[in-house]
Amino acid sequence: MAGVLALVPLANIGWDAATGGLGVEPVEALVRRTGWWALTLLVVTLAVTPVRRVTGWNRLIQIRRPVGVISFVYALSHFVIYVAIKQWFALSFIIEDILERPFITAGFITLCLLTPLAATSTRKSIRRLGGKKWRRLHWLIYPAALLGVLHYFWLVKADTRPPLVYAAIVIALLMMRLDLPAPFARKAARSDSAEPAPSRS
Amino acid sequence: MLIRRGSDHIPSSEITPEAVYLNRRKFIGRLGAGAAAIAAGVPLGSQAHAASQSRGQSDELTPYEAITNYNNFYEFGTDKEDPARHAGNFTGHPWSVDVNGHVSKAATYDLPDLLSSFTPEERVYRLRCVEAWSMVIPWQGIPLRDVINYLEPTSSAKYVAFQTLHDPEQMRGQRARVLDWPYVEGLRMDEAMHPLTLLAVGIYERPLLGQNGPPIRLVVPWKYGFKSVKSIVRISFVEEEPPTTWNIMAPQEYGFYANVNPEVDHPRWSQARERRVGELRPRPTPMFNGYGDQVASLYSGMDLTRYY
Repeated sequence: MAGVLALVPLANIGWDAATGGLGVEPVEALVRRTGWWALTLLVVTLAVTPVRRVTGWNRLIQIRRPVGVISFVYALSHFVIYVAIKQWFALSFIIEDILERPFITAGFITLCLLTPLAATSTRKSIRRLGGKKWRRLHWLIYPAALLGVLHYFWLVKADTRPPLVYAAIVIALLMMRLDLPAPFARKAARSDSAEPAPSRS
Repeated sequence: MLIRRGSDHIPSSEITPEAVYLNRRKFIGRLGAGAAAIAAGVPLGSQAHAASQSRGQSDELTPYEAITNYNNFYEFGTDKEDPARHAGNFTGHPWSVDVNGHVSKAATYDLPDLLSSFTPEERVYRLRCVEAWSMVIPWQGIPLRDVINYLEPTSSAKYVAFQTLHDPEQMRGQRARVLDWPYVEGLRMDEAMHPLTLLAVGIYERPLLGQNGPPIRLVVPWKYGFKSVKSIVRISFVEEEPPTTWNIMAPQEYGFYANVNPEVDHPRWSQARERRVGELRPRPTPMFNGYGDQVASLYSGMDLTRYY
């Protein structure tokens, strides 16, 4: 199922690339599309637990890690396209952007925060870290999502409505989970019992 | 010829292919016919062009397809494709332009009447967007100074202010307050009187399509694209620097002058380079978009970091 999900954005982008749907500035379109999918899938990842809790559909938890990983793959492609094509590997421009342009700083930090999460997304890593540590590390998805939304908000020139919608969703999802701040793992362990916990398997 | 009534459906067979168009320009150039017009429109033959040539970069015309499908015209939506999608029925006629302020011939003009005393000229200009992309566009238009001279401003007129149509019925982007509608822009009188400044009515010898700001728009090639206000309904001759839309929106990001300047970055991105639409590799942005020879003297002694 997750495999199919992974193909949806790729099919969408691939189809448009093949049929001219990316417009006359395909590079810009690719940067935007990959960024949009990364952020959207990140929000979907965050939504899994609240939706599971409200609907009682526990099997939903199975898609959480795969969707998170796919989100990271799009975030990484977003960055690679920016570095390789938009900036043409001009290191001085890239560094200047990351250091001096707040929206790019925010985007870069988002990617940095997501990297260890993607790297520890295998069952093996969960086992090695132990469920408690793993969950504490993966709490980073919240600051990552907030910074991702900020990245989007700061890049918009005039129409801030779409990024504000994302901000509202992320904040709402965050509020829904405030009763279990994951770094204080005692409560989290209890509420997240439906999480696959290979550390105990 | 360029203002055609009821000519919304031009068969594609009548559209000059680019290659033919370019050959014709060369042909005209060789003949020496209309040499003045072409010479005036040859900012591409200026020093900046030579500079870009030496870097192995050319200033080829951007295809019509790109010019008409990648637009910032927030009156029809904020995505680049929105204007092409939503401005299909927006043709700009009938159209009248209100001329007011410190000017002898203040009146509301029927546009075709106003334009009937002028002959459109051909101008190939680089267009540099503040977002760091660019195009090369063959405009047809009338030098703004010819129109200004005809209208006879008084000595109190220090600036010219322009206003875009405000009509949320036709312009769906105006139904949301994304910008402070109506869109307003302005030039200092010497900028408005500069021979490069154009009131455009056509592109590639076709009347402007809805997405390009018909029936008449400004083109100021040494300034960022947002200065080139579209679908003008009002021209005011004023004493004080007029308010301008993007400056109202974000004064720290968009100044009144908005001259293309690779040295002064937008707070959120570098202005040192640009990507020509249709190309992959970014190219350096020249000062005043390559028109420095013609316009730099307008700003001598001004601190362009402060008056960005």
